Amino acid sequence: MYNIKFNAIFFLDNYCFETKCTIFAQNLEIVLRKSKLFFVAILLMFSGLTAFATGNEAAEEHGKEKLDIKEIIFGHIGDSYDWHVLDYTGSDGEKHPVSMPLPVILFHPEKGMSVFMSSKLDHGHSTTEDGYQLVTDHYIHEQQAAGASEEQVKALEANKGKIVSVDGAAIKDFSITKNVFSMILSVVIMLALFLSVAKKYKTKGAMTAPSGMQNAIEPIIIFVRDEVAKPNLGHKYMRFMPLLLTVFFFIWVNNLLGLIPSGANFTGNIAVTAALALVSFIVILFSANKHFWGHLFNPPGVPFPANILLTIIEIISLFIKPIALTIRLFANILAGHIIILSVISMIFIFGAMNEAAGWGFAPVSIAFSIFMFCLELLVAAIQAFIFTNLTAVFIGQAVEEHHEHDHGHGTDDIHASTSTNVMAEAVISEGIKH
Amino acid sequence: MHLITPALGLFFWTLVAFLIVLFILKKFAWKPILNMLSERETGIASSIASAEKVKLEMAEMKAENERLLQEAREERSLMLKEAKEAKDKIINEAKAQAKVEAAKIMEDARVQIDNKKNAALTEVKNEIGNMAVAVAEKVLRKQLDPAQAQSEYINMLANEIKLN
Repeated sequence: MYNIKFNAIFFLDNYCFETKCTIFAQNLEIVLRKSKLFFVAILLMFSGLTAFATGNEAAEEHGKEKLDIKEIIFGHIGDSYDWHVLDYTGSDGEKHPVSMPLPVILFHPEKGMSVFMSSKLDHGHSTTEDGYQLVTDHYIHEQQAAGASEEQVKALEANKGKIVSVDGAAIKDFSITKNVFSMILSVVIMLALFLSVAKKYKTKGAMTAPSGMQNAIEPIIIFVRDEVAKPNLGHKYMRFMPLLLTVFFFIWVNNLLGLIPSGANFTGNIAVTAALALVSFIVILFSANKHFWGHLFNPPGVPFPANILLTIIEIISLFIKPIALTIRLFANILAGHIIILSVISMIFIFGAMNEAAGWGFAPVSIAFSIFMFCLELLVAAIQAFIFTNLTAVFIGQAVEEHHEHDHGHGTDDIHASTSTNVMAEAVISEGIKH
Repeated sequence: MHLITPALGLFFWTLVAFLIVLFILKKFAWKPILNMLSERETGIASSIASAEKVKLEMAEMKAENERLLQEAREERSLMLKEAKEAKDKIINEAKAQAKVEAAKIMEDARVQIDNKKNAALTEVKNEIGNMAVAVAEKVLRKQLDPAQAQSEYINMLANEIKLN
């Protein structure tokens, strides 16, 4: 716990120092400074309380019979076939979910494509007429009871939460899941926002002062241009601006949508970050110049055996770049969601122990989760910025031109700034995960 | 663990949606916005530059005006000075001429007076001469008469003389 505190303070100072000169960072700095005291106070309080909680682990174990916290948290951060809002207990004493069904799109190797609404899955209680089944604990137990082999059960366990074909065929799942739906929502928001802003620029002309939404968006665009693109890409920055801006706003908008209660954990999903990193990787590869490839496959001034070793390391580092992008965003957003959910769940853990303890802990839990929400709002922007910045840095390394006289200086600078960024950012993600 | 195994469907849809957004925004949002921003920046820069230039020109114009004004002032004072000099000169000349004229008039008058006086004196001299001759004639005529009668006569003559 103390780890978090020190790491976080270290991060706050470091991070602020790094981007002090930018407007974005100035705002960030103010927010961070204000939250610093609050953060420390909460953490001290929280560390005391967790000691208390671990002391009562036995009681917690007892409460788990009714309450599967792991299931709840993983249910919230995972993807699903419908948009589930809440459950209510009806007059018949049974639980009814309130959820919006979403389209399921499946490709069967023999039967071809089938499209139906997720309400047909009946939450795994029955198999659809096409022979598709949502794998749930209930279904696995049923199969086990029906005498399925251990291997089959294991396969089902691995596919829990997914749809399988009852004939055992390997189906491809292209469903509009909760995450996809949330993304479509974000796409609609982005298109509406930026196209209207662009229209405003066109109608008002270049020489009038920006107003309204245009005024809100413009500093961010200028920030991405002046603080991300120009320092890393030099005079070629204009070519990559559309990508950087789209990546930045795509991640940011989705991060923010993910923070809405009962929203999807879109950017905290590894498939999403992998797709975004793939786009960045392809751009890096296709924009790389001769100088970059030359250095990669034939490092100048390196003797024969070391040469091969270095090339192997360079190739590995090339592929590590998109992997780093993938893991960083995914892990940060996921960690934030898990923390918020855990803090909220603590109310119910305490509540299962003793009703009074649950009510008593609620204000603490809510205060801490409010703080976490504020931090996550910040992290939403920071992670969008870091993904964009690292993409710019990697592209910058790929398009950097050869300079005989000041060889390596540019890269050194970029390396220095990247490593500071990465360090600061790694520290906070470490801190959150502890 | 589903958390670290990417789902194909989500990966595919994300890729598709991201690329669509990228291309739409690139064409219809980022390009015009970025162009407008750079256009505005160059516009502002050139406006500032031209304002600076105008300011410089204004300063130059002001200096020029100041110079012209100064010149005009100098010229005015010079003109005034010249006018004064001219006036003084004219007055002096007039005075000198007047003096000369006056002297000339005086001279003429004196000459005339002298002439008149001489003429008058000549006349008086002639009269006196005539009278003396007449007296002498009469005296010579009476010389033959008694002394008494002579002195009476002389008296009578003396009374007759009227010196005008």
